[in-house]
Amino acid sequence: MTYSSILIQFLNGLASASSLFLVAAGLSLIFGVTRIVNFAHGSLYMLGMYVAVWLGERIGFWWSVPIAALAVGAFGALVESALLRRLYAAPELLQLLATFALVLVVKDFALWAWGPEDILGPRAPGFTGAVTIAGLQFPEYDLFLIGFGPLVLGALWLLLTRTRWGTLVRAATQDREMASALGVNQKWLFTGVFALGAFLAGLGGALQIPREPATLLIDLSVVSDAFVVVVVGGLGSIGGAFVAAFLIAEIKAFCIGLGLSQFTLVVEFVVMAVVLVIRPWGLFGRMPALARGAGAVEPPLVAPSPAALKALAALLAALALVPVVSGGYTLVLLTDILVFALFAVSLHFIMGPAGLHSFGHAAYFGLGAYGAGLLLLRAGAPMELALLLGPLAGGLGALVFGWFCVRLSGVYLAMLTLAFAQIAWSVVFQWDAFTGGSNGLVGIWPASWLASKAAYYYITLLTCAGGIALLWRMLYAPFGYALRAARDSPLRADAIGLDVRALQWAAFTLAGLAAGMAGALYAFSKGSISPESLSVPRSVDGLVMVLLGGIQTLTGPLWGAALFTWMQDAVARGIDYWRAVIGAVILVLVLAFPQGLTGFLRQRFAP
Amino acid sequence: MQGMTRRSALLTIASLTVALAAAQPARAQAIKVGELNSYKTFPAFLEPYKKGWELALEEINRSGGIGGRKLEVVSREDGGNPGDAVRAAEELLSRENVSLLMGTFASHIGLAVSNLAAQRKVVFIAAEPLTDKIVWENGNRYTFRIRPSTYTQVAMLVPDAAKLKKQRWAIVYPNYEYGQSATASFKKLLGKAQPGVQFVGEQAPALGKIDAGAVVQALADLKPDAIFSSLFGADLQKFVREGNLRGLFKDRPVFNLLAGEPEYLDPLKDETPDGWYVTGYPWNEIKTPAHQKFLAAYRAKWKDYPRLGSIVGYSTLYTVANALKRAGGADTEKVIAAMKGMEMETPIGPIVWRPIDNQSTMGAYVGRLAKKDGKGVMVNWRYADGALFLPSFEEVKAMRKE
Repeated sequence: MTYSSILIQFLNGLASASSLFLVAAGLSLIFGVTRIVNFAHGSLYMLGMYVAVWLGERIGFWWSVPIAALAVGAFGALVESALLRRLYAAPELLQLLATFALVLVVKDFALWAWGPEDILGPRAPGFTGAVTIAGLQFPEYDLFLIGFGPLVLGALWLLLTRTRWGTLVRAATQDREMASALGVNQKWLFTGVFALGAFLAGLGGALQIPREPATLLIDLSVVSDAFVVVVVGGLGSIGGAFVAAFLIAEIKAFCIGLGLSQFTLVVEFVVMAVVLVIRPWGLFGRMPALARGAGAVEPPLVAPSPAALKALAALLAALALVPVVSGGYTLVLLTDILVFALFAVSLHFIMGPAGLHSFGHAAYFGLGAYGAGLLLLRAGAPMELALLLGPLAGGLGALVFGWFCVRLSGVYLAMLTLAFAQIAWSVVFQWDAFTGGSNGLVGIWPASWLASKAAYYYITLLTCAGGIALLWRMLYAPFGYALRAARDSPLRADAIGLDVRALQWAAFTLAGLAAGMAGALYAFSKGSISPESLSVPRSVDGLVMVLLGGIQTLTGPLWGAALFTWMQDAVARGIDYWRAVIGAVILVLVLAFPQGLTGFLRQRFAP
Repeated sequence: MQGMTRRSALLTIASLTVALAAAQPARAQAIKVGELNSYKTFPAFLEPYKKGWELALEEINRSGGIGGRKLEVVSREDGGNPGDAVRAAEELLSRENVSLLMGTFASHIGLAVSNLAAQRKVVFIAAEPLTDKIVWENGNRYTFRIRPSTYTQVAMLVPDAAKLKKQRWAIVYPNYEYGQSATASFKKLLGKAQPGVQFVGEQAPALGKIDAGAVVQALADLKPDAIFSSLFGADLQKFVREGNLRGLFKDRPVFNLLAGEPEYLDPLKDETPDGWYVTGYPWNEIKTPAHQKFLAAYRAKWKDYPRLGSIVGYSTLYTVANALKRAGGADTEKVIAAMKGMEMETPIGPIVWRPIDNQSTMGAYVGRLAKKDGKGVMVNWRYADGALFLPSFEEVKAMRKE
């Protein structure tokens, strides 16, 4: 690289940083005040893009930007007041499920409204050309963006420090119960903050139109970038988000400049992992105040009644009889459901009783699957051995990653699990010679005595039921009680001599092992395995299953896994806009049963 | 049925029986084909694809179906990942009892379904996947593929590239199998055609996440004489805009796989770069009778122009119909035998199904990009017949493991 190209790459980084900052700032504000992990932030950004490019054809680009941003802001206000407001008293993370459903609905809405083709907008009037800097061409519009980011930062700073509203926002960020006790109208404050966050996301999207096309795939890629920036900067810190955006964008630009472009696949997650390991609350974050309120108090798990145990045994017996009465596809679908039930229960094991929210649980599912596949194909192990030993890869992954993760808590922990999952994913994705790269591995079939659908169903039923029973049993052993003590009051648990970190680390590893078992079963049921099995969407599926079923109950994840898998299968078959339908169903369920399905039943029918 | 009166229950049962009875004769006769694809993940390519096979289905059944039996397509969403795709395929096979499978878009999904087809011993006709592996390294006797693969399309561009006698080449590709194998094939083939050629550097942005400004600057730093790219979709659009703005393409020939396909060319509009060498589909300029007929029928039915996906969907279903006719039914072994060496017409020219690797000789159009009335078009194009660019039988023999 010459000096002039170093300068240009630096400016490229600045332009990207400005774009990144706009969406991250909104996300950070929303989380800071409302504690909502807004999965739909990328969808708001996407809406901003589509509205701007559509309006731009009619009234010109520069008018379309503020109008698109305002429209998205208004949509945000609507979402908050009609949907999220009803969920603040629900268990933590349920809002996450609601925003996930919104992602599905918004995506199908955009497909319906603007069609499947990418829409590339025109260049921005007045900034259509390039200027020559150090002998090299640099787009004028990128210079505009470089100036615009700090301008927004300044405006937000003024808003937050020089207005009464800003003072209230900061007060609520620090301690929302206290702010509420002092008479601040929370409803309006939350709606206002969510609308402002949505406005910033829409603005960020609209301003990208001269640089990139509006596409249906942008939502998830933007939201993961934004999360990384927010967490690296420190949740709720606008200045932190700005610094983090700058850091990540520059590192990316120079990776590309130095010819290490493959590394951009994962570089932001590596940065996040390093930052979190060194500074557990991000660069500028503070240790979060303990959450108080209805959502935080969880009733203790009571041992299942004999009637409940009998019901579960009856269910198991019924499942064992299925191959007698029905063959073919029912078994295929049930095998999938069982595998995901084990996966969801293993995730619930750490999320519920252990209180460790993992956004990257698919890593262990995928490692188990790859462990089995690689043993079979590369080491030539017999299938039975591969199925038995493959899950150890999941356990081993969890052992290593868990050691770092349990040092953190809350959303930071969740994001570190996500970072590790992405790192594991990128290794699998890039290591062509060993893991088969993006194509994955094919030809992973069960041994001949297990090849029939019924035989494979039985081995799956046996393994999954056994695994689930074992995980549940552990929760009522001293180990499980200690875990729950460590979740509910780490300080007191520590004071009575429990080693909180060791307990959580052990739980994390066990959950990884169980997820790996599910992954190995999955691999042999499909005959192939690809990097998607440890990608973020798979982790999100797990979260959805747990939350849908009810995180505060024991059997919830089971029903969540069954319902979600069945729904994907049944709805996707008959309905064109199946994503929107699944999203709508989840929204209805979330609004009707904020405690999850099982939680609702228990409240309703509790003695 | 507590809320239902007995009368209404009886009525329902009666009407259901009538409906079933009415449907019975047609169902007993129809030959069912299972189709699955990532309709929600890649709608820009797959909506036209679906319109293509729907048109073919209508034509086939209007002209008498398969020996008097109706052809029926049961179409499924594959969820955009191999696990769900395999489940959808299992559902088609065991619940719908389809005779054979067709479809898929992404390479890894195509490979997973192909692997299932071999396990379950059913014919699978891969429509969109471009991966070389599906008919070569991982090929099996049950899997057929219609489109010219990555290797073949690269081979079509290489003669033009060698003619330019450019010394220093830079390469940019989306970082997954398609881009990687396009790059590897290009280096291998151009190295052979033009000994001493230099590949001065590569950029491999993640699919859908190109940081176009930085990539363009990094490529310019390499001071290449020419550029080979296999970008497509949103990545291509961002790359073209930044490259135009920053003068990367000035006095530098660029070769870009697939960029002439309407799916990827049309969004570029007035940003379309002049003179790029591409593979694609100039739908409005092909005047052969076969294509004219297809074009008229497509426009009449859908009130829209065809994309390349439409050709693929249309030709894939005609492949199915022709194979079933030749085999005299849906028996798997007979269909495989019938497909070996089968010759047929497609809107873009006649194709042959090669017995050695189950690959069709479908070609692609090779030409240059130009701007016309603010839109991108292909000019100076010619049809490159796949038969001339596919690897020889000996090379295939060495690659196929079965």
